[in-house]
Amino acid sequence: MSEPIIQMKNIEKHFGSVIALNGVSLDVLPGECHCLLGDNGAGKSTFIKTMSGVHRATRGEIFFEGKPLDFARPRDAIAAGIATVYQDLAMIPLMSVSRNFFMGNEPLKKVAGISFFDHDHANEVTVQEMKSMGINLRGPDQAVGTLSGGERQTVAIARAVYFGAKILILDEPTSALGVRQTSNVLATVDRVRNKGIAVVFITHNVRHALAVGDRFTVLNRGKTLGTANRGEITPEELQDLMAGGQQLATLEGSLGGTV
Amino acid sequence: MSDQSAAVADEDERIKEVSNLRKAMIRPELGSICGTILVFVFFLLVARDSGMFAADGILNWGIVSAQFAIIAVGACLLMIAGEFDLSVGSMIGFSGIVIALMSVTWGFPMWVAIITAFTVAMAIGWLNGYLVIKTGLPSFIVTLAFLYILRGLTIFAATAATNKTIIGGVREVAKGDWLAAVFGGKIFAGLFVWLAELGVVETFVAGTRKGQPVIDGIPMLIVWALGLIIFAHIVLTRTQFGNWIYASGGDAQAARYTGVPVNRVKIMMFVFTAFCATVFATCQVMEFGSAAADRGLLKEFEAIISVVIGGALLTGGYGSVIGAALGALIFGVVQQGLFFAGVESSLFRVFLGAILLLAVILNTYIRRMITGEK
Ligand SMILES: Nc1ncnc2c1ncn2[C@@H]1O[C@H](COP(=O)(O)OP(=O)(O)O)[C@@H](O)[C@H]1O
Ligand SMILES: [Mg+2]
Repeated sequence: MSEPIIQMKNIEKHFGSVIALNGVSLDVLPGECHCLLGDNGAGKSTFIKTMSGVHRATRGEIFFEGKPLDFARPRDAIAAGIATVYQDLAMIPLMSVSRNFFMGNEPLKKVAGISFFDHDHANEVTVQEMKSMGINLRGPDQAVGTLSGGERQTVAIARAVYFGAKILILDEPTSALGVRQTSNVLATVDRVRNKGIAVVFITHNVRHALAVGDRFTVLNRGKTLGTANRGEITPEELQDLMAGGQQLATLEGSLGGTV
Repeated sequence: MSDQSAAVADEDERIKEVSNLRKAMIRPELGSICGTILVFVFFLLVARDSGMFAADGILNWGIVSAQFAIIAVGACLLMIAGEFDLSVGSMIGFSGIVIALMSVTWGFPMWVAIITAFTVAMAIGWLNGYLVIKTGLPSFIVTLAFLYILRGLTIFAATAATNKTIIGGVREVAKGDWLAAVFGGKIFAGLFVWLAELGVVETFVAGTRKGQPVIDGIPMLIVWALGLIIFAHIVLTRTQFGNWIYASGGDAQAARYTGVPVNRVKIMMFVFTAFCATVFATCQVMEFGSAAADRGLLKEFEAIISVVIGGALLTGGYGSVIGAALGALIFGVVQQGLFFAGVESSLFRVFLGAILLLAVILNTYIRRMITGEK
């Protein structure tokens, strides 16, 4: 089995007196879809924000490709290849798809020694990348505001993939979507994984997780109860773990091997 | 299989048709283009014989429009970046007094006075932006404070140094100064002499300037306005920084997540607004030959109204420099046109209020079309 891209060991995060994370461990393998499950407030978002440089862990260790790591800013994480699609997507509805796609990473071309935004290149890439994710845009200058929730999610994912993500973190990409849009996003997750990119997929929906996940880690009240492989755990067991692991005893068998 | 792809192509075509119509509809400049046409048609019908569209008449409303345009360009980029500056009018009075005090009262060369005014004004613009970013207060409040602070300081400085609020004698000091000419001079004088010989432009028929063309050149004020419009339009639509301006005003948090230096962008836009205000002030001081502590009153609102007529959203993230420039043109043409048409000038304010309301309602509607909000 290949080496993990990122290893998070006993991560703790305190906000003043609030202990949001109380010793969470998780590793991500290349090309896997690792599902992070948990009820609202379990600490999922906080955990992935320590992974993407938004928060600094209060305690714990992070290894990226085997080396200890300490991201000071989101930019550092992005530069290292950790791309995050936050719950609010970081998209601007009033701006065109192509302007959003390249926001912060605008392609430049020099004319008479002055750098200009290369709109032709940006438009071409945007249309092509969206097509490869199964979305036909009306045009690259279509405003993001006119896209459906699932399409916006896909633009955000396509953007992260295009800019060279090794790990793609998706924070609840399906929680606000209808059935059809959800299945589109799940198909997109599958496409991304097939490119060899590791996906960390956050959800509180067991069915969504089981549809695409290779491994499953459950967070409950700031703690992990372990990581299970696909096929070693049933939907009912995942559901119980999310609810607090009252029936933990019955699960020890299925988790034992991987904890 | 082939059936299916044909169906897809069909569907694409149908979507495209709708999109072209919408695309034509939802441009920020739409309202101001219609408005400009309407205003010109109106005054061509009402005031054609008044001299409004003779060479000197055109220059008359051209200068007024250019004044509006210079401050509208700054306000436009700042508004798209999501902020306001209510201290523009006070900044105009302040910069003018700085120039007159330095040159006339204290005897510095004019170019030193002008450069000092720009430096101080832009530093204050920077401070405006810095305070907005650091305190997280709405720019409305922070710059409202500076509206009063700057106006008060200007009146205080003028009276403390000269016992007056108007400082004259600028023209004499400015004579021969290279930088003063950049703001107060005229270009293409020869062109108008030639046009007058051709009979295209009229000449004075009496007085000391008998025989000279009624227009002796294009004032630098108009050159500045056109230059600033072109510069700001290109920066906004054709550069990386332009994308950052849209992003900072559209959603600052989303922009930060993707690595846009939002704070820097916003502060730079405050500095640019101050720069535009000082261009306005310098041109005005050179034209009048004096500075007065009460100059620039209400200019911040006139700038903001021009920008809104131009299709920008008060909430930021959307707008157009060309639109703002057309807004300024509408402004100038109507203000001077009512004068040419012999209409009571107080009605101009009624017009302003009405058109502002109309523009904001239209913009809100356009915003809904773009974002799909209900
Ligand atoms: N910046 C913060 N300051 C204080 N408390 C926070 C902050 N962020 C998250 N928390 C708290 O941490 C806990 C976990 O939140 P979160 O990670 O958003 O949960 P999830 O994403 O699993 O729903 C919650 O109790 C929340 O109130
Ligand atoms: Mg969350």
